[in-house]
Amino acid sequence: MIRLQNIEKVYRTDTIETLALNSVSLDIAKGEFLSIMGPSGCGKSTLLNIMGLLDAPSKGEIRIDDQKTGGMNDKQLAQFRNKKLGFIFQSYHLINDLQVLDNVELPLLYRDTTAKQRRELAAEALAKVGLANRLKHFPTQLSGGQRQRVAIARAIVGKPEIILADEPTGNLDSAMGNEIMEILLNLNRNDGTTIVMVTHDENMAHKTHRLVRLFDGAQVQ
Amino acid sequence: MLKNYFKIAIAVLKRRKFFTFISLFGISFTLTILMVLTAFINKVVGDNYPDKKRDRSLYINRLQESGEENMMSSTLSYYFLSHYTGMMKTPVKVAISSMFKGTNTYVNNKKIAVNFKYTNAEYWDVLDYDFTEGKPFNKQQVTNADRVAIISEDMKRQYFGDVATVVGKYIEADNVDYRVIGVVKNVPVTNYMLYSDIYLPYTVSKEDYKSKGYLGAYMAILLGNSPGDIPKMQAEYESIIARVPVERKEFKHVYSHANTFFRSYVDTGNEKQSGVFIVVTAISIFVFIFTLLPTLNLVNINITRIMERSSEIGVRKAFGASSKTLVYQFLVENLILTILGGVIGTVLSVFALYAINNANLIDNLELSINFTVLFIGLLVCLVFGLLSGVYPAWRMSKLNVVTALKA
Ligand SMILES: Nc1ncnc2c1ncn2[C@@H]1O[C@H](COP(=O)(O)OP(=O)(O)OP(=O)(O)O)[C@@H](O)[C@H]1O
Ligand SMILES: [Mg+2]
Repeated sequence: MIRLQNIEKVYRTDTIETLALNSVSLDIAKGEFLSIMGPSGCGKSTLLNIMGLLDAPSKGEIRIDDQKTGGMNDKQLAQFRNKKLGFIFQSYHLINDLQVLDNVELPLLYRDTTAKQRRELAAEALAKVGLANRLKHFPTQLSGGQRQRVAIARAIVGKPEIILADEPTGNLDSAMGNEIMEILLNLNRNDGTTIVMVTHDENMAHKTHRLVRLFDGAQVQ
Repeated sequence: MLKNYFKIAIAVLKRRKFFTFISLFGISFTLTILMVLTAFINKVVGDNYPDKKRDRSLYINRLQESGEENMMSSTLSYYFLSHYTGMMKTPVKVAISSMFKGTNTYVNNKKIAVNFKYTNAEYWDVLDYDFTEGKPFNKQQVTNADRVAIISEDMKRQYFGDVATVVGKYIEADNVDYRVIGVVKNVPVTNYMLYSDIYLPYTVSKEDYKSKGYLGAYMAILLGNSPGDIPKMQAEYESIIARVPVERKEFKHVYSHANTFFRSYVDTGNEKQSGVFIVVTAISIFVFIFTLLPTLNLVNINITRIMERSSEIGVRKAFGASSKTLVYQFLVENLILTILGGVIGTVLSVFALYAINNANLIDNLELSINFTVLFIGLLVCLVFGLLSGVYPAWRMSKLNVVTALKA
């Protein structure tokens, strides 16, 4: 499903050059639930962002669903992300000016859908994460766990084949973290969604199919 | 899609109350100023009561004589105007009138200020004053130096009070009684060449209208048969002036021109300075500064406003918004803001014009909001919205997703 080949990422500032990723190659199968671990600063987020086409690698090739992504322009990348990928972030990144339902509808705005379809799909996604009764709330009126569930609903509303989650439980206590983890496991199990998750939590990582460890930008396991 | 933009725009405007206020204030205030200015210009230059035949009229309202050291410039004498325009072949009629002059009169021992103006009989043919009663004086009455007067509606009300008709009654000005033979609708004082409270035959003037000096208190309007006569009349007048001898040895040149309304209206009284140039430049600079400053201010506010939303930008991009779509979204948001400002500005303008009219700052001047002015105002708003939105929108759309999400 996702194939990374010799991915290298160099960050250049005026004074320093950081090699954030050093020749990483990775093959992720359809329906796989993969977790990535490693010490802070080792390049986990960088890798996930490159996988999600949010950032371009300095070297190497990314194929998603057997499609080369290298030559795509801004518009093509946007469309590709919209169809294939869903993102979950550590700090939720909900739009506080919009109600929960409008937040979840967001990915559908960039597709050919009617307002009614959007409404129905968003409500459905929210029901799936157990927030059917919070549609009209604003993000600030929700707990951290609830916010992350809204973020998951937003990530799955467009029914993407791949979900990329960067420390989705990083800001939550273990009870709420487990809830989120359950939702992700169910998604993977029931809908066959391919999931790549960055985590600091060994327990969570062990619940997934495969664990990849990074150290200083290189894959060690 | 548009509905969603609208939703988020309103939400953002509500949350950023201070920015919203500053932006809206900037737009609506600027708009109000521009509306009042255009209403004013439109009234003064565009309103053609009572000179409805402006397109085939030329105005002569100044003569300048200049030598090495001396220069004299003023309105002209009755003799000069009637003598030299009398030699012209193209004009079908020539209106000659003095500039309005103030005096006092008394009604029931109460002093009121009146302006009076002397005219010839053709004045009433060249110009289209609206008579609410009576009629203008004719050639015979002028030749006879009849003490007859035409007064403005305003004068009628002030002098006679609320009466139906005043034709046949007497009005006193400068210790002379004149018989009222007509009442005309008011002319705003901004049309200073034609404004007056009382119009009298020039032959009743106490000053010597027969004096052969070039300078005096009069001006003339040449009326052609069609707009096509304008260049002909101009050329004819120029050639006559070229042959007019100087009055005194110390002068070398005599200048006088037959100008179109706008040119004569803004005449500076100096041959070397074009009034049109000065007025147009002044207005342009004024408008430019008055629109530029708020635009810069808005651009600035917009950049801050948009950069604050980098997380939103990052999320939208991650979930499939292209840069183009985002630029479009922010432009729509900005247009909503400016259109809102435009509506508020329009309402403010109506109030401002109403207040100006009511305060009676300028005699007989009734400013009104007309569709041209409204159209200009809304157009300015739209340009504002685009100008102040394009740059910030473009800048933020270039933001890298990862950077946007980190901020
Ligand atoms: N925009 C950037 N400019 C320069 N260096 C960067 C940039 N982003 C990341 N880096 C560097 O790249 C390396 C990898 O960063 P990354 O964010 O991928 O780490 P991480 O494994 O996700 O860490 P954490 O567990 O703390 O989230 C770090 O050394 C970081 O300093
Ligand atoms: Mg990270």
